[in-house]
Amino acid sequence: MTVTPLGIPRRLLEFTIDGEPARVPEGSTVLDACRAAGKDIPTLCEGDTLRPKNACRVCVVEVEGSRTLVPACSRRAEPGMEVRTDTERARHSRKIVLELLASSVDLSTTPKVAEWIKEYEAKPDRFGPGAARLHEEPKVDNELYVRDYDKCILCYKCVDACGDQWQNTFAISVAGRGFDARIAVEHEAPLTDSACVYCGNCIEVCPTGALSFRSEFDMRAAGTWDESRQSETTTVCAYCGVGCNLTLHVQDNEIVKVTSPHDNPVTHGNLCIKGRFGYQHVQNRG
Amino acid sequence: MRNRQPKTYTRLTRPLVRDSRDEPFREASWEEALDRAARGLDRHRGAFGMFSCARATNEMNYVAQKFARVVMGTNNVDSCNRTCHAPSVAGLSAAFGSGGGTSSYEEIEHTDVIVMWGSNARFAHPIFFQHALKGIRNGARMYAVDPRRTSTAEWAESWLGLNVGTDIPMAHAIGREIIHAGLVNEAFVERATSGFEEYRRLVEPWTLSLAEKVTGVPARAIRELAHAYARAERAQLCWTLGITEHHNGTDNVRALINLSLLTGHVGRYGSGLQPLRGQNNVQGGGDMGAIPNRLPGFQDILDADVRLKFESAWDTVIQPHYGLNLTEMFEAMEEGSLRAVYCIGENPAQSEADSEQAVRRLRALDFLVVQDIFLTKTAELADVVLPATAGWAETDGTTTNSERRVQRVRRAVTPPGEAREDIDIICELAARLGHDWKYADAQAVWNELRSVSPDHYGMTYERLAEHQGIQWPCPSTQRLEPTYLHGRLWEKDPERRGAAAPFGLVQHDPPVDLTDEEYPIRLTTGRRLDSYNTGVQSGGFASPLRRGEYVELCPEDAERYGVVVGEEVRVSSRRGSVVAPVWVDTALRPGLAFMTMHFPDEVDTNQLTIEANCPIAGTAEFKASAIRIEKLPAVTYVG
Amino acid sequence: MDLHFGDSKPTDEERAAVDALLGPPESSWEGADRTDADLRWARGGRAARDRRDLLLPGLHAVNDRIGWISEGALDYLCRRLTVPPAEAYGVATFYAMFSVRPRPATVLHVCTDLACTAAGAGDLCAGIEARLGPGSGVSVERSPCLGLCERAPAALAIRAGDPVRTAVSAPAAVEAAVLAASAPDAAPEEPPAVAAVPQAGDPSLLLRRVGVVDASSLDDYRAHGGYTALRRAFELGPAGVIREVTDSGLVGRGGAAFPTGRKWQATASQPDHPHYLVCNADESEPGTFKDRVLMEGDPYALVEAITIASYAISAHRAFVYIRGEYPRAVHRLQYAIDQARARGLLGDDILGQGYRLDIEIRRGAGAYICGEETALFNSIEGYRGEPRSKPPFPVEKGLFGKPTVENNVETLVNVLPILTMGAPAYAAIGTGRSTGPKLFCVSGSVERPGVYELPFGATLGELLELAGVREGLRAVLLGGAAGGFVRPDELGVPLTFEGTREAGTTLGSGVVMAFDDTVPLPRLLLRIAEFFRDESCGQCVPCRVGTVRQEEALRRIVERTGAGAADDIALLREVGRAMRDASICGLGQTAWNAVESAIDRLGAYE
Repeated sequence: MTVTPLGIPRRLLEFTIDGEPARVPEGSTVLDACRAAGKDIPTLCEGDTLRPKNACRVCVVEVEGSRTLVPACSRRAEPGMEVRTDTERARHSRKIVLELLASSVDLSTTPKVAEWIKEYEAKPDRFGPGAARLHEEPKVDNELYVRDYDKCILCYKCVDACGDQWQNTFAISVAGRGFDARIAVEHEAPLTDSACVYCGNCIEVCPTGALSFRSEFDMRAAGTWDESRQSETTTVCAYCGVGCNLTLHVQDNEIVKVTSPHDNPVTHGNLCIKGRFGYQHVQNRG
Repeated sequence: MRNRQPKTYTRLTRPLVRDSRDEPFREASWEEALDRAARGLDRHRGAFGMFSCARATNEMNYVAQKFARVVMGTNNVDSCNRTCHAPSVAGLSAAFGSGGGTSSYEEIEHTDVIVMWGSNARFAHPIFFQHALKGIRNGARMYAVDPRRTSTAEWAESWLGLNVGTDIPMAHAIGREIIHAGLVNEAFVERATSGFEEYRRLVEPWTLSLAEKVTGVPARAIRELAHAYARAERAQLCWTLGITEHHNGTDNVRALINLSLLTGHVGRYGSGLQPLRGQNNVQGGGDMGAIPNRLPGFQDILDADVRLKFESAWDTVIQPHYGLNLTEMFEAMEEGSLRAVYCIGENPAQSEADSEQAVRRLRALDFLVVQDIFLTKTAELADVVLPATAGWAETDGTTTNSERRVQRVRRAVTPPGEAREDIDIICELAARLGHDWKYADAQAVWNELRSVSPDHYGMTYERLAEHQGIQWPCPSTQRLEPTYLHGRLWEKDPERRGAAAPFGLVQHDPPVDLTDEEYPIRLTTGRRLDSYNTGVQSGGFASPLRRGEYVELCPEDAERYGVVVGEEVRVSSRRGSVVAPVWVDTALRPGLAFMTMHFPDEVDTNQLTIEANCPIAGTAEFKASAIRIEKLPAVTYVG
Repeated sequence: MDLHFGDSKPTDEERAAVDALLGPPESSWEGADRTDADLRWARGGRAARDRRDLLLPGLHAVNDRIGWISEGALDYLCRRLTVPPAEAYGVATFYAMFSVRPRPATVLHVCTDLACTAAGAGDLCAGIEARLGPGSGVSVERSPCLGLCERAPAALAIRAGDPVRTAVSAPAAVEAAVLAASAPDAAPEEPPAVAAVPQAGDPSLLLRRVGVVDASSLDDYRAHGGYTALRRAFELGPAGVIREVTDSGLVGRGGAAFPTGRKWQATASQPDHPHYLVCNADESEPGTFKDRVLMEGDPYALVEAITIASYAISAHRAFVYIRGEYPRAVHRLQYAIDQARARGLLGDDILGQGYRLDIEIRRGAGAYICGEETALFNSIEGYRGEPRSKPPFPVEKGLFGKPTVENNVETLVNVLPILTMGAPAYAAIGTGRSTGPKLFCVSGSVERPGVYELPFGATLGELLELAGVREGLRAVLLGGAAGGFVRPDELGVPLTFEGTREAGTTLGSGVVMAFDDTVPLPRLLLRIAEFFRDESCGQCVPCRVGTVRQEEALRRIVERTGAGAADDIALLREVGRAMRDASICGLGQTAWNAVESAIDRLGAYE
């Protein structure tokens, strides 16, 4: 009989990070290795369920022999590589990337970015009051989720999650070019005229809050959104027999958001419209 | 224009009682409601049936079946499993001795050929289909067998649009082609199966050209599927209700299983059979014994040793015969031999085929207790209504998914008002009927189950959390078993190989509800992406995709009847008649219509469906009714 | 795939344009009328999804016929190719030459890039717009470099229809440009390619046939030494060809100067198949036009060179990606490919040697970034022309994820003399580290702009002397927008890869653009910054936002000097450094080069 493949055993390879020896399995990225070594490298476009896009360039590090800086999220570790994570050169690029983003995008709901701006002494204001910004209004065209592209850093994660990496619905793409590039459905139509199936797997991967549950969007607008008062409980969806794990985010005994564990063997962080949004019946409490 | 705001249900927060069915409900205390319920059930010992719930936890199902067997002394316990996947369980256990799907989701990512038969998983099981899509992206070729060219079928290398109810001719023709092309896995057939010769003779008449005539699918397409499946190194055969919801659903399942036996596509990593379950705990409900013929752990009631084990564990006597399944219980209501029902979390008044008949039978009961989170159409017929909790968000426990993975369910929100957990309520009733069960919590129930079910023994709550669910069988607390079942069939040692898997010698039997001049259209049913069953839960959120119930026709039929999208028409079958607006779908062909059962409060599709049941599993033929479409004299549009 | 389509339907014209490319649809699922057979059996899956690379040709087909791409047309094309409409929309909006909004059938692209602006493109544009007036039926679009710098200022008219018509006006005056736009068929014939070769008639290796042979005649090509190199290649065998090319010291002429033989060897030795050969003819670096001259003047040479390169790496399918602004080059090369195929010089059994090759031309549609080698792959494959992250390198995972050699036109045509004269003789030309001849595109303030062939090692001064540099030279831009400026006192720089590097500048793709002291330097720099902002694909942050911030700062200081510009110059340095260090591809990495060199070498704001 055939034996269950448990994955081919991977060789360990050796290299150095900031002068310290590091050993990681073949195929690991520099970022994997840095995290294993306890180095805090900022990341924005990197996603644990997605192939690295290395678009934001905030995770760049120096690699001996490389003309340019190297994105830690996508570069595979190689034997003998000498990686330096905290040089002036790497820090400079991270600082500028943070300044460029913060001066053009609303990062108010991006986790950790305020810390990084402080740590890297970034000064987004120095481009002056005339610096071009995205200037996008939130798109509120359905009851389930909101697209606030003023907060979009164009990390491509939503496009990848909607596309061939998970959902394969391809409702959205990047349209336009350069600074004018935006996430859009075909012909910039409203979502309700698009291929969107409202699985919300784009929300699951959005790193900035540009995509959010309508419930979160409304509560933030009303000033009632308070993550410190929210509990997260993982349970199993009741809508079919597949058994998707749902993490219910509950504030004041109301489900306000639903996610799924990214390492779950059934979902890998993905849900369908029913699992993601179909909780309201429980709290129709009369 | 007619207003089509879907009905939304509000949670039950107090028990409801009434003295007679003519009166409206009044709110009551738990004491009063439980006393009334206990008295009502007590009066009907010997004429009692329990409808357990395929959406509730394993723990609740365990306690519910124990209530039926120990408190009420009957094996008459079943769940809506009957309306969907009972044929899968019956077919798989007849072939392999166990009713679960044989593969795991992850395996479909690493297989070579995927056959989706009677399954629109893209809509009905979206996250399972993501695993299938991974497989497709990894290079697997998918084949779809379905009367409609569904979203699922659009991903296929080849879609075979067969006539409704011709699955057995298709399967037999594939089997015959595999045999004639010399593609049988002879070593496997010889060692691990029985009845091949009979099977060969059975399928011999089903030439490709005969199959083309009966199924409507070109012989070339059938041949191509046969060769692709048989030549694949690994292949997954998946099905859903398109196979099971027929009057001969179990035969359909057997016909598919035969193909896996012929080619050795079972019992190996990446090769297997995958029935996709429609509800979160269809698998678990059966595993827990909430079915009339099995005790917890899928152990046969007719086995005296098994009975003895449970009798000593529960200190009771277990009836040494099978109880009535859901379908038989409804028939027994008709005959008058079943007088009281305790219905937990089910809505048979809307989910059963020929729903008018189901309602009439429920009305005729002497006593009906309904325990639910909403006042459903079924609850409206009850004498006592007990407000319960939503299993998936308000209780602790476990459920078991389609790949046999037992996973933890956790309480995230507090139930409204006085609503109570199912297990609590059942135990309160048991206590009033003389059985004082003490379960500190769901884990205590689970540990009792573990002690009587070897397949679940290894799954402690700690391990379930650690591994994010564990698939059965799991007999050891130290080890995990392979992700697929029936690896034994590949053992060289006959001892370890165990019982051979018999070929199912099943015959084609066309749908009961024949189309004719009066009812010329074949109506088939299914699910939409954003809705669920009778819509009681899914009606609660504002899906931008939802458009309510329509009767879907192909463009040619719409033109023939002179009707347009949104125009209301009369849809009639031999059993009933409804008015529904028209939708036009190019995935259909002339003579084939489609409806869902998601909006029974708008359009009660099950007034049209036929209660022609599978004699083995009891599942009704939801997938094949004969209807006619009539244009209304005064045209009304819905939009 | 379960694709979602809106209600928009294609017009008969749009449908015809798509069907002319793809043939009629085979089933109702692809857009044909419904038949009984369709309703019983549908094919799809891998074969349907594998046609994605026809998306860009499909968009061209519609744009060429109608002038823009409507919802109905896009949906129909998507249905035919099993491409999600959102993705196709993302692709269509990536390219400057496509429009997803209605516009007149005629578009007049007026170049406002460096050489043309220096030659008065600003006034030309204003004059054309005034002359045409509103509602003229011509859309005037300001364009980046059209690759006609030797005849600046230039304009290209494209009139949609069946067939699409084009006309070039260069050097353009208002009346001539308006005539080209309003009656492209009646516009005077463009001067022949040889007009761009001031050295015509001199002995040379790469340009010797331009103007001497009839560019359409395969016989003429053969009479002038054509196809002797291919015969030699078959004698040597693939490994022998690679050895010759390696020994010749040939390095890539696109700017990166990577050894060609090594690239071929690395691809040839990949176990994964098929292998592809891609010729990068997306010559979009402002100031560059040599590939156009080669393709227009000696197209069979490129066909032969591609055949040899493909043979060396065991490729059986080769692509030439030509920028959309080069209609005549496309036309000439397509004709040459067709002739070669008809004569057995392409196809199943080339020269009876049992070797099989076909060459396909793919047209770009207005995107500088597609000249980046991996962006070009994405563009051919029907995706947005965004660069990929390297590694993996193209030799391992290139076009369609397969081992691929990508060379530019000039690099490939060098293979012909290498094989006919032998590697040692070829390597004797030029310097030790930069061997062979090099083409230079000289434009701007010179008497005889055009393509020059010189052995590597000649100095900048020698080249400018040949071209007749005018009085009052203020600066020379080497390498185009991505290159750098040098001063008039630096003309002794040897024109080699190593020589320019030592001088702290770059040879790039061979652009040599001379500016006299009448050209306002800050405005020139601003135009370069605008170019990068317009052409950034938008994928990575340093380039997407950095090019905007660079342009903003340069705009602020366009009239300032000294202390008034110091803060912005400091800001530019910081942003520029991050763009250079952290951008994904060469576009962002070089977007600050020219500006930096102007500040540091020319003292632009002092």
